[in-house]
Amino acid sequence: MCYIAASIFFVFGLKMLSSPATARRGNLISSIGMLIAVVTALTAMSEIKWVWIIAAAVIGSSVGASAARLIKMTSMPQMVGLFNGFGGLASLLVGFSEFHFKWAAVETIHTFTMLAIFLTVLAGAVTFSGSLVAYGKLSGTLSGKPLLYKGRNIINTALLAVIVALGIFFCTRQINQLEGAAVAGVYILLAGIVILALVLGILTTIGIGGADMPVIICLLNSYSGLAACAAGFVINNNVLIVSGSLVGASGFILTNIMCKAMNRSLANVLFSGFGSAALTKESVYEGQVKPVNVQDAYLILEAARNVVFVPGYGMAVAQAQHVVRELGDLLTENGADVKYCIHPVAGRMPGHMNVLLAEANVQYEQLIEPQDVNPSMEIVDVAVVIGANDVVNPAARQDQNSPLWGMPIINVDRARTCIVLKRSLNPGFAGVDNPLFFKDNTRMLFGDAKKSVSALVAEFKQ
Amino acid sequence: MNLDPATMPLLFFVFVLAMLLGVELIRKVPSQLHTPLMSGSNAISGITIVGALIVAGHHGSGIIVTILSALAVTFAMINVVGGYLVTDRMLKMFKNKDKPEATK
Repeated sequence: MCYIAASIFFVFGLKMLSSPATARRGNLISSIGMLIAVVTALTAMSEIKWVWIIAAAVIGSSVGASAARLIKMTSMPQMVGLFNGFGGLASLLVGFSEFHFKWAAVETIHTFTMLAIFLTVLAGAVTFSGSLVAYGKLSGTLSGKPLLYKGRNIINTALLAVIVALGIFFCTRQINQLEGAAVAGVYILLAGIVILALVLGILTTIGIGGADMPVIICLLNSYSGLAACAAGFVINNNVLIVSGSLVGASGFILTNIMCKAMNRSLANVLFSGFGSAALTKESVYEGQVKPVNVQDAYLILEAARNVVFVPGYGMAVAQAQHVVRELGDLLTENGADVKYCIHPVAGRMPGHMNVLLAEANVQYEQLIEPQDVNPSMEIVDVAVVIGANDVVNPAARQDQNSPLWGMPIINVDRARTCIVLKRSLNPGFAGVDNPLFFKDNTRMLFGDAKKSVSALVAEFKQ
Repeated sequence: MNLDPATMPLLFFVFVLAMLLGVELIRKVPSQLHTPLMSGSNAISGITIVGALIVAGHHGSGIIVTILSALAVTFAMINVVGGYLVTDRMLKMFKNKDKPEATK
């Protein structure tokens, strides 16, 4: 009964997340649901090992709380990635320990439950190891470039096939009818599946490039929900099934939105490794890059009446969101109409840029989406691109050979002037050259985004 | 906790309905709230803590089950506490200045 209440709290919590005004309360409601569920579980326990549970809860809460308090907003993607992984690991452990319990007791396990155990450890293990790789890539511990090797799709598919075959074999075992070594064999079988699934998680994530991270984070989010859901089938618990599938659905929708924003299918993201197609046939763009210094950039901005900022991952890396807002405010005082245009896949997770600009107190009304600004791009005096690259690459519109072809972009190249803040001429994470940099109306302001913007702010204040 | 074959379709029923409900709910979330949505739903996926507690509470389970499930409780707890707190931290920034009428 209390579990139903908890589920309702979760549903309402998620519903309230659909508006910024009620979102915070929604989060609170959802956490109350969690509290109810935990208390219910505690009261239903037949044998409570208080020392263990309390120790585990204290360690877990303090780690979680300190991580949540100390994390920088710019590091949010890796934090969410890591939490995903922990959720997967927890589900994996639930499935495995439930199996161990029944196995040790030589209890009959229904084939259905065996299947659920298999799916739980599979989803849990893939989520866990995949998230660790994603975390490594996002935090810079691992290279953000996709690690591609010959035949990786074949290897991954073969590995999955082996896991599924072992899983079928595992599910059809009847522990109470086995004897001697065969009983131990089933246990080893499950352990083997866990190890293979961990390897699978690593192999599938390691080939994903930095720009595809939003997709993979969403997908892992979905997996962590499905793992919890499968664990619910293992222990016949509805609240796990309901909340797990809510999370699974949420992650899946976000994955879908991200894929659409890049005009690529999920299969394409997972199997192709971004940029690998481009290696064979890449267009070379030639032309004169026009660098600009801070004084000239200031003069351009000073004269502008209509300015659009396009932030990207570079802004997050440079932590430039506060100075960007300051510059935006100064421009507004100067009489310009200032907007911030956010591409859905800018940054390393969905909504990444929104969070950063919200942290810097940018007004909600100033945030716009690409489809709102693109039709009127011709009347924009200055488009300021801050550390974004692929999302403003006109090759997506013009060059059929480009791996970005067809991706909806922000058409900053059509603005009267476009100032690009960039550290160097290096291509973006997709590894694709950007013809925008060579256009007549583009000015490049090289240097660290934060330093450049601060210098502009200083110019305005003089 | 042995499975009654009759509950199987019921569990599936719950699963399918919850999935559909999830799809409907999440579709309405605007893109600016996607990050908090992810961290919030992340916290919800920590519901597996309930599973961990139930397994830990099995009567007459051995030390291995206790250790494994205690580990599960730890990780799920990180997920739950960290997820909710960080979501709250983010939403606090959104709420300070967002006007209700600005929401679609």
